[in-house]
Amino acid sequence: MFRVFSKPKPPRLGGTASPDVLVVGGGNAALCAAIEAAEAGKSVLLLEAAPKTYRGGNSRHTRNFRCRHDGPLGVLTGSYGEDEYYDDLLKVTKGQTDERLARMAIDESARCYPWMQAHGVRFQPSLSGTLSLSRTNAFFLGGGKSLVNAYYRTAEDLGVGIAYDAHVDHIDFDGTRVGHVDVTVGNRRTGNRGTGERGTGDPGAGEKHRLTPRIVVVASGGFQADIDWLARAWGPAARNFLIRGTPYNRGVVLKDLLDQKIESVGDPTQCHAVAIDGRAPKYDGGIVTRLDCVPFSVVVNRDGHRFYDEGEDVWPKRYAIWGRLVAAQPDQVGYAVIDAKSSDLFMPSVFPPVQADTIQGLGQQLGLPGTALADTVGAFNAACADFAAGKSFHPTELDGMATRGLEIEKTNWARPIAEPPFYGYELRPGVTFTYLGLKVDREARVEGPEGPVENLWAAGEIMAGSILGQGYLAGFGMTIGTVFGRIAGREAARHA
Amino acid sequence: MLDTTDSRPAGPHALDLLIDEARRQSEICNACRYCEGYCSVFPALHRQRAFADADLTQLANLCHNCRGCYYACQYTAPHEFDLNLPQALGNLRQATWEHYAWPGALGRAFHRAPSAVVALTVGAFIALMAIAAVLRPASGEGFYAVMSHGLMVAIFAPAFLMPLGALGVALWRYWRDSGAGALSWRDWMAAGRLAATMRNLGGGHGDGCNFEDADRFTPNRRWAHQLTMWGFMLCFASTSTGTLMHYGLDWPAPYAWYTLPKLFGVTGGVMLCIGTAWLARLKRQSDPALGEQGVRGGQVAFIWLLFAVSATGLALYAATGTALVPVLLPVHLATVFALFVLTPYSKMAHGFFRMLALAIEARQQRTG
Repeated sequence: MFRVFSKPKPPRLGGTASPDVLVVGGGNAALCAAIEAAEAGKSVLLLEAAPKTYRGGNSRHTRNFRCRHDGPLGVLTGSYGEDEYYDDLLKVTKGQTDERLARMAIDESARCYPWMQAHGVRFQPSLSGTLSLSRTNAFFLGGGKSLVNAYYRTAEDLGVGIAYDAHVDHIDFDGTRVGHVDVTVGNRRTGNRGTGERGTGDPGAGEKHRLTPRIVVVASGGFQADIDWLARAWGPAARNFLIRGTPYNRGVVLKDLLDQKIESVGDPTQCHAVAIDGRAPKYDGGIVTRLDCVPFSVVVNRDGHRFYDEGEDVWPKRYAIWGRLVAAQPDQVGYAVIDAKSSDLFMPSVFPPVQADTIQGLGQQLGLPGTALADTVGAFNAACADFAAGKSFHPTELDGMATRGLEIEKTNWARPIAEPPFYGYELRPGVTFTYLGLKVDREARVEGPEGPVENLWAAGEIMAGSILGQGYLAGFGMTIGTVFGRIAGREAARHA
Repeated sequence: MLDTTDSRPAGPHALDLLIDEARRQSEICNACRYCEGYCSVFPALHRQRAFADADLTQLANLCHNCRGCYYACQYTAPHEFDLNLPQALGNLRQATWEHYAWPGALGRAFHRAPSAVVALTVGAFIALMAIAAVLRPASGEGFYAVMSHGLMVAIFAPAFLMPLGALGVALWRYWRDSGAGALSWRDWMAAGRLAATMRNLGGGHGDGCNFEDADRFTPNRRWAHQLTMWGFMLCFASTSTGTLMHYGLDWPAPYAWYTLPKLFGVTGGVMLCIGTAWLARLKRQSDPALGEQGVRGGQVAFIWLLFAVSATGLALYAATGTALVPVLLPVHLATVFALFVLTPYSKMAHGFFRMLALAIEARQQRTG
């Protein structure tokens, strides 16, 4: 009770005074920044573009964060040192990273674990089916939405003002600093989420506000939900991509800042895409749309032809390249075909597979032309030389069971697709995030054309391109968001 | 898609519809697995690839309606997957109790209709008053001056044992359909530990569950339930020790305050009063859309019946030696009578089904 009376009311849109710190975005990075700034005694207002039920950006779909640790830490087993962590990052980015920022994020990640716990996040042991991550990644109990819920509760308890359905239209500069921020609340994006149909994005509707905060932290994600932007960057094929996460990351703030000559990082044409269930919803399908069957299958394109070695490596190391592989096929679609003996070797799918008693019948049901699928599978089966020679099959390791004599060999787990019933899964590229972002310095301050902007910080996906220039490392997005969200919040408070 | 927002479907295919909806949701959960650490439901769910009907009723009876999974879920409405696992499992759990109840019509009547609970209690009161008036004992001490020990036994022994027998039939049917096979003492011990600590209301992290304050974890429901359950156990221990003293030691009531029946009874009665009132309050604050549909009234009536059992019991003790005893005794006995009779056909049954479900789960974990 005393706390209620002794604390000032949370800042709100339409209030008389602008907040000390305005946080743009409502996911993990934004919340970490808001919490840090509020704990430093500043008045903080957080603007989330989504309605309350969809708050949390892509963080609501996450499940873990990658954490450095020198010995067993909470749910994490063994140890995971800075150098090994950095090596893992180098492998996926092929060197496209800023070593100073990356090492800082890695080093700081160990201190995030207790901080997250202290702010309401709870961890659980590695989920069934993900034991390979038990040493490197700490899983959130309940997943990312429960983390987001915990941070919103914490932020509210700290007196952070929160506005939902609040869209930043423009951040206006006054010399080398942000002067004011224009915000529209309400009816900006009214599309039907289920079908992926989008609203007009017309900022005309809704209630307008102009804020003059001392400090602005932008943590509003990438632009992967703006299909038009994706299509401009990637080409028309992008219109067939599925968006795995939130439909609210449309890059409005990112574009507004880049249009005003704020420094960018990351390849503007690239997005991170993985191969997912082709029947997934256009947006927000999240984790359940993953399909892990590729290593045990034959994958064909629309014409019934194979196009890549399905058994090149274990799936956790290959699901990302399959997004691009499928994206490069006609109509951006692929079909993974397995037989009865492989049906229990991977995590259950959210939609049941197409099923038939013959390969020919399966091809028809999948809509593949003529006998194309039967021909491809027939040739594949005839080439399963190691299987015929009695070599043993090991689903969880590279078993070297290869085909011989195909134009595109399958180099592991090559068993004939011969035991009915046969199952088929449609594959499509699912976009996870985009790489283009804002350039920041070590304090997460945004770089303008004439050096750092005095009062603008960035955190999370909107600046992750500095560290993650290519590829992806599981759980690293949440690490970047937490580390730089906290830094941005502390720095914002220091300068406010 | 099944619309279960207003009430559960009724009719001959209701159970099938509820099973289908639970299956649809469980298949989505099985592809996600983010909630694995919350409670006993998810490890059981994740062991399956396909869900037989009995698997789903078993999941439903493992669910304690802590709601952690609902608030953590990415796929709740307005998402097109429209997950609401606490409601889907709650509806199926409720339907299971009604389906297995014997005779089934009684289960449906009392689970759904608060008025039936009240009518039974009031009816029992009138009957007991009448019996007490007609068969007033010539002598006797304490409340035996109002109703003789022999008469009480004649009424309450069958009122206690017959419902227990009916409940046994229901539980046997559940166990038979589960296909679990013989349960060993280890399975019952494992179930007993979970029930004694109510760990499934701890949320996996021990912070409690999401119930009366949306996604905020609080230990309130766990505490309220523990007070209720242990309070009830102590009251039961009070009656049991009284019976043993009566028959074993030839030491009939009334008992002094320092004897076991009184120590157990007063402590248990106070705990049960607080626990049930707290549970009723929490239930009122909770979101009705996240639980079983169509039985809220019956459940609340049952909670207040439990409260009435303990409150009238305490009042009866406090009134010892006063003129209120002849009225309070039939009131108290009427509530006890209603509680006994309703055991197989009310929320009271959940404790027994839950123990059985937890024991079956322990066996399935043990045997893989």
